Parts: sequence; structure tokens; C-alpha cells
Amino acid sequence: MPERGEARRLSETAPRRIITVMAMSGVLVMAFILLFLLREGMPILKGASITELATGRLWYPVSAPPLFGMMPLIAGSLAVTLTSSALAIPFGVALALFLTEICPKRISGFFKITLEILGFLPSVVLGFIGMVVIAPFLQVRLELLSGLNLMNASMLLGVMILPTVATLSEESLHAVPQSQRDASYALGATRCETMFKVVLPGASRGIAQAAILGLMRALGETMVVLMASGGAALLPQSVFDPVRPLTSAIAAEMGETSVGSAHYHALFFMGCILLLFTLALNMLVIKIESRGEAD
Amino acid sequence: MSQAKLTIESLSLSYSKGTSPALRDVTLGIEENSLMAFIGPSGCGKSTFLRCLNRMNDFVRGVEITGRVLLDGKDIYAPDVDVTSLRRRVGMVFQRPNPFPFSIRENVAYGPKLLGERDRGKLGEVVERSLRNSGLWEEVKDRLDAQASSLSGGQQQRLCIARAIAVEPEVLLMDEPTSALDPMATARIEELARELKKFYTVAIVTHNMQQAARVSDHTAFFLMGELVEHGPTTKIFTTPSDRRTEDYITGRFG
Repeated sequence: MPERGEARRLSETAPRRIITVMAMSGVLVMAFILLFLLREGMPILKGASITELATGRLWYPVSAPPLFGMMPLIAGSLAVTLTSSALAIPFGVALALFLTEICPKRISGFFKITLEILGFLPSVVLGFIGMVVIAPFLQVRLELLSGLNLMNASMLLGVMILPTVATLSEESLHAVPQSQRDASYALGATRCETMFKVVLPGASRGIAQAAILGLMRALGETMVVLMASGGAALLPQSVFDPVRPLTSAIAAEMGETSVGSAHYHALFFMGCILLLFTLALNMLVIKIESRGEAD
Repeated sequence: MSQAKLTIESLSLSYSKGTSPALRDVTLGIEENSLMAFIGPSGCGKSTFLRCLNRMNDFVRGVEITGRVLLDGKDIYAPDVDVTSLRRRVGMVFQRPNPFPFSIRENVAYGPKLLGERDRGKLGEVVERSLRNSGLWEEVKDRLDAQASSLSGGQQQRLCIARAIAVEPEVLLMDEPTSALDPMATARIEELARELKKFYTVAIVTHNMQQAARVSDHTAFFLMGELVEHGPTTKIFTTPSDRRTEDYITGRFG
């Protein structure tokens, strides 16, 4: 019966094609975003070289003539990312160690749920706390001109990325086989020795990846830095200086600029820079992963 | 009869209150520099018993242990005993090879380093001696810095033996050390076990009766948490005094 054979073949191939098309759409969207970013960002290079943009220290996009020195913004992004990671990674790893190695199972469940909720917290809520609670506190206690600064934003970002770092670290600590812990105990190691000399080294690759994913989140986060970083496009000299990371500059200025202007293109160019950073970090994660497989 | 290295007196263990005990009133002596095998069907308590001898059962929540285990006449369950130094005297090799994710050298050096040995020369000597005594040296001497995971299963198990003897224990416990290995690797481990008893008191749990017959001086037969019978291996395997032992070794159950 040729017709039935035909119908069967169709019922076999059609779903496969549909699924393939749907799967490809993700890649296509990504490609379009990339092209769009480049198309809108590259025209800025007609008026200024990459070196001028990257090393210029003055960001006055609406002065006459406009100055598009992005160094303070890039430095701002790197500063909040690194400061927040320096705060969050030790706490995140310690929390993960506590959950897997120290606290009883009944309690660890409670901690994990709390951590999850912390991860779902809208960033605008954190920004709010930064403006209303942390900023006045820093201003009064440290006698600063403004409490909206690098430290404030980094603390909030640290809270934001803590769940990412802790959860992923916890997973990789958990993946260290119990048999290796037993082997360590059987050699007369204490719990602490086992934790630091066997479990932590065994999970180091996963923890490194967790830290990098945390860095990526911090780098891309916008709302918290927009609300709490102070917004001054200056090279930070201390952790209590206000900064203006790339993300908050884009968010704050995009609405004020006219489409197709140099400023507009400059903002898109900054988007390209952010993408480049995240891509580099992503490559690092993949590299760590593949090195693990080679062992 | 030479002096008993380990004397176990009415040892009972239950994993939680109200459940039937996993070990019931076990009394047994293990002679110095001899090899004793614990046999019995799965779930008979032989591994649990072995883990009592270096207090690895301490980690099990709710476990209750009564009775005494004397190492050189001193109760290892006495309140003043330091469990970590006990475990240095009573080493252990596990069912599945469980090397650390370090190099071969670092695996063997782990124990001595815990004891505070920092001198590279001395650590090198310990690593070489331990690997020689576990019969692995010739195979790995040129690649001590290779990952332990690059070794075969049998080699990994001999590495674990090297790691255990690197801290110079007095007793070596082996919990079904060949259950994950092929016959060739098993034969090597058995040969090694016979060699090791010259230096250590060895206790080996095995589900393989032929293995017990091949390697051990003494055999203890466990059934449902009870020590049914123990004695010289030849006697247990030729003229057992208990009917249940005879049924087990002749393959009527198990």
C-alpha cells in the first residue's frame, strides 16, 4: 500500500524537521543579535579608532564635540565585577563546603532553599536596599560624599552572585566520591584535613567554573549597578569611589540618545565590548572543562 | 599459637535502635603476622565487622557498638583513644579502587604528609618503598607524576595498597579488595596479600571462598551477623565443625 507508506514516512520525518528548525532558531537568534550589535556598534569607528575609544579617559557623550573615552566605563565594569567576586567567591565556596561537609542533611535542605530564593530575588529589590540602607550607612560611617559607590554596588552584586557560586560549587563538591573521603579518613586524616586536602582539590575544576559563571553574571548585571554604583564616569581610585560600569551607562543613556547618532553607536559598541568579555569568560569555562576530560 | 594482635570480645553492632543487630556477640582473635579471611554470604556482617576494627563505622549515624576490640591489649573503643592515630595503625583497602584525583606520587605521599613529613627526599623514599612493596614500582617508576586515574583497575588497587602501607600500619584491613578486578589482577593482589602478612597483620573480607582458601591462614565464617565458626583455614575447608559452615563452603547456599 504505497499511500500508507508515504504517510508513515511523513509522520517520521516531519517531527524531526520541526524539531530541527526549532532548535536552530536559538542559534539564529544569537547570530542575528550578534550581527545587529556589530552593525549598530561599528560605525563609531569611523570617527575614532579603537585605541582612542578604549584608552580615552573622558566620557562626555553630549558635550560639543562629544568625547567617547570608554576607559572609565570599562574600568568601572571590571572593578565591580572583580570586587563583587572577591567578596562572593570565598563566601560562596565556604557556604558550599558547609553544606556538603559540615552541616547535617536536614539543615542543609533549609539552606539550599534559602539560597534558591536569594537567587530569584529581583535585582531591583537589591538595588533598592543599596540605595536606602547601605548607601546612608556607608556615607555616615565612613564620612563619604556619597554612599552610592563601587563598594555598595559590589556588595549587592556579591549577594546576587553568591547563590550561583555556592550552588555550582556545592554540586562539584558533592560529586567528589564518598570513597575518596573514606580513603582519607582510613589514613588517619581528620575531617578538616579531608575537606581541604581531598574534597576541595577534587572539586577545584568545578569551583573554578562556578567562580567564572559568577563573574559573568556580575559583569552583565545592570539594575543593581545602575541604582547603587553612583554613576560617575571616572577611573576609580578606591573602592569607595563612584563608578559607571558599561551596563549602567548603556541602560541610562540609551533612552536619551537619538537613533543613528554617534552616541547611539558608541553605546552599541560598548555592548560589543561586554559581549567580548563574556565570550572570553565562556571560552575559559569550556577550556577548564576540556582539560578535565583530558585527564 | 603466637600472640593475638587483635582480640575482639563480644562485639555487637546495630545500625539503629530497635532493628536487629548487624553483628551479634562476636568473639575472635587475630594473630600477629597472619592473614585471616572473613567469609560469608552478602549481608552477613563481615564488612561491618571489618570496619569496626578501624572504627570506620563511627561515621554511621545512630550506630551502636558494644563489646571490646583490643589492639595489643588496649581497647580501641576506650574514650581516651585518638581515632586518627588508631587509623594510622590499622590501615584499610576498599572494595573498589579509590585513588585520590592526584598523581601517583601524591597518592602515596598523602598519608606521610598528614603525619607532617615535608622532606622531599624522605617522601621520595617512602613512595618508592611503598610502591615496591605493593608490586607496582616497576610499572610506574617512570611516570610517578601521571594521574592515578590513568592506571588500570588492578594497578589502582595496588596503588591504594601502597598508599595504605606508606604510613606503616601494623594491621591492614582489606574489604573485598578484588571484587572489582579481573582474574589476572586478582591473582596479583592475592600474591601481594600473602607477601604483606610478613610485615603486617592482615584481615581480608571476601565473598570468594576459593580466595579465602588460597590466601589465608585462618578463616572466620559469618552468617546473619553471627560468627558461626573460625579456625585454621585448612580445618574450616576440610572438616568444619558446624553444619552451616559445611553447607556454605560446599555451595549449598550463598
